[in-house]
Amino acid sequence: MATSTTKALAGEEPPAPPGTAGDGTSGKRRASLLHRLDVKGAPYAFVAPFFVVFAAFSFYPLIYTSWISLHHVELATLDVREWVGLDNYTALWQDERFWNALMNTITIGVISTVPQLLMALGLAHLLNYRMRASLFFRVASLVPYATSVAAAALVFTMIYERDFGMINWALGSIGIDPLDWEAEKWPSQFAISTIVIWRWTGYNALLYLAAMQAIPAERYEAASIDGASRWKQFTNVTVPGIRSTIVFTIVLSTIGATQLFGEPLIFGQGPNGVTGGADNQYQTLGLLLYEEGWKNYQMGRSATVAWAMFLLLVLAFAVQRLIKRLRARSS
Amino acid sequence: MSSLGSLRGKRLAAAAAAVSALALVAGCSSGDDSVTGGGKKDGKVTITMGLFGVMGLKETGLLEQYEKENPNVTIKAEIAGDEQTYYTALQTRLAGGKGLKDIQGIEIGRAKEITETQADKFADFSDVSGTDHFLPWKESQISTKDGKVLGLGTDIGPMAVCYRKDYFEKAGLPTDREAVGKLWEGDWSKYVEVGRTFKKDFKGGKVAYMDSSSGLFNAMVYGHPEQYYNEKGDLIYETNPVVKDAWKLSADAAEGGLTAKLRQFQPGWDPGLANGTFATAVCPAWMLSHISEKAGDANKGKWDVARAPKGANWGGSFLGVIEQSPVKEEAKKLVAWLTAPEQQAHIFKEIGNIPSSKTALENPDVKNAKSEYFNNAPIGEIFGAAAQEIPDKQVLGRKDGTIKDTFSQGLALIEQGTKRDEAWDTTTERIEKAVG
Repeated sequence: MATSTTKALAGEEPPAPPGTAGDGTSGKRRASLLHRLDVKGAPYAFVAPFFVVFAAFSFYPLIYTSWISLHHVELATLDVREWVGLDNYTALWQDERFWNALMNTITIGVISTVPQLLMALGLAHLLNYRMRASLFFRVASLVPYATSVAAAALVFTMIYERDFGMINWALGSIGIDPLDWEAEKWPSQFAISTIVIWRWTGYNALLYLAAMQAIPAERYEAASIDGASRWKQFTNVTVPGIRSTIVFTIVLSTIGATQLFGEPLIFGQGPNGVTGGADNQYQTLGLLLYEEGWKNYQMGRSATVAWAMFLLLVLAFAVQRLIKRLRARSS
Repeated sequence: MSSLGSLRGKRLAAAAAAVSALALVAGCSSGDDSVTGGGKKDGKVTITMGLFGVMGLKETGLLEQYEKENPNVTIKAEIAGDEQTYYTALQTRLAGGKGLKDIQGIEIGRAKEITETQADKFADFSDVSGTDHFLPWKESQISTKDGKVLGLGTDIGPMAVCYRKDYFEKAGLPTDREAVGKLWEGDWSKYVEVGRTFKKDFKGGKVAYMDSSSGLFNAMVYGHPEQYYNEKGDLIYETNPVVKDAWKLSADAAEGGLTAKLRQFQPGWDPGLANGTFATAVCPAWMLSHISEKAGDANKGKWDVARAPKGANWGGSFLGVIEQSPVKEEAKKLVAWLTAPEQQAHIFKEIGNIPSSKTALENPDVKNAKSEYFNNAPIGEIFGAAAQEIPDKQVLGRKDGTIKDTFSQGLALIEQGTKRDEAWDTTTERIEKAVG
């Protein structure tokens, strides 16, 4: 789609003055031509930068990646390529690391996204009340989002550290044995999820808050006249009122969860970060891509993982659309 | 959302896209033409360097000294903490031909890959005079088959064992470094045996005998001329008895609960040093500066250095110059100076990295050096003797670094409770994937 758009652009954008200009024809025609150009051409000119950037930084890499994924290529010798057809894809299909990474991506995605959005909803509901210093709380809820992944992940790594971390210290003080957060599967996935939750809850809460404020106050008035409690108002007025925003955040979070990378990488640090733990216990698809490309230097296989991730997202949305359509038909 | 709102959104997006496109164009054109960042201007020479870890060039003031002696030269050094990250970036930049520095540090585990795949991108040092003072095996590691020398050596990594004197005392073991060295003289399995005694007899809290089993594994493997590859360049790690013996003994230590289950240079290790959660660490010379820094003043004098059971070389680096550098000759001159015997001796005295220069190793200042932090251990003597024990031939392979990391993770699996056979299978499978 993008190529056709850019091609169309190239065709519709002749900034050179038309040949008629030199004949000394009336300025009227010229003005109307300019006017037509302005009306018809300007929108294209305005959107052009986006598509140029898109073509250079998204579309070209996409095509290049798919081409690379059909080859055996090493990072050190990018110009030496050996055509292997779909071998990388079949190898990936049979590779247990891929299925392991896929499962981890899904589990970490679920345990980070679901609580995150629920908490964001609750937080937004609270922020929506009239209260003192509401601006302060709104800004404060955005602070984690503004923190860099690296800084957040590093701090959490220290908090979850086995021997001297704060959490194990707290657990120890109430008589619970320390956990090896990094080395064990569920604790490590939980720990990574908390980083994600911490970073994104406030961001989603502000999105919800913005949507909530667009709900007309009369609806709440009517609901309270009908005797609806706060909770009833929340479930029957607020949530339906911001449904489209909720769908939007779910879509965003799903994309984010599929690409989860920085948090587990820094959480593990060094070689353990790249492989997602010594046992790949928290290796996500993003990390597998990175391991293949930048630890094993196998660019072909790395590109294959990238395409598999892309296809997975497409598949997920196709399934979601299908379910929606079926539900619409049955109702 | 109303249509007006969405239109406004589109306009905003278009404006943002336009701005970012402009910024990109500007960003591309404002950079200078040099591929390495260095260059010459009005008689002034700027040389850029990419380094990693504690190589000691900047830390000990050598770069400043060179600038002072050569007023027309400015040196810009960028130091990455983690070598893996550094090398990944270097690979990417070599492949793309952008973002390189005039001088790039090369770790020993990468030397073979560089000489085999990137030789044309590095300048040749074989014609530089006054560089015949290196240990012969050091220079051969960075030489190509047709005689190109792609870099000059900085340090090497002869091994010793760093130990906590106070903990040894609490375990009823000898504390004097001579006597400690005698405990395990000649055989790494005796080192593990001492660990069993330590574990049994230590009184005074939860202290592990060694930091990690991978330190022991590395020390054992690196004591032999052929490690993961043979001289022809074939992978032999699966059948090499050297690797198998090292694996077996390290797995024994891991299963026997002798380790603190830490990963060297990863989270937990530094606080482990600071809080003294382990009594020994197999330590190449360059690790001393890390230990003294992380263990801190509170532990000064508690650490000591004893001879390792057997000689081995773990680590050591090179400095190479990028062929396309606009200041290639100046950069080569700087590298030759930085790796000259006097400078290597200086770095050793300051932070303890053992010289790769034969001449520097014979320097009395190096030979008689003592480390105040490590209870005045005669580190010049200990590591100098260890350097003599390093096999004269060190066969490197293309993926040595990756294989080493994968074995470390395999040993970590055992420490986490995986059966050793299963851990071995996982490890060899992973290596196959990584190198295939």
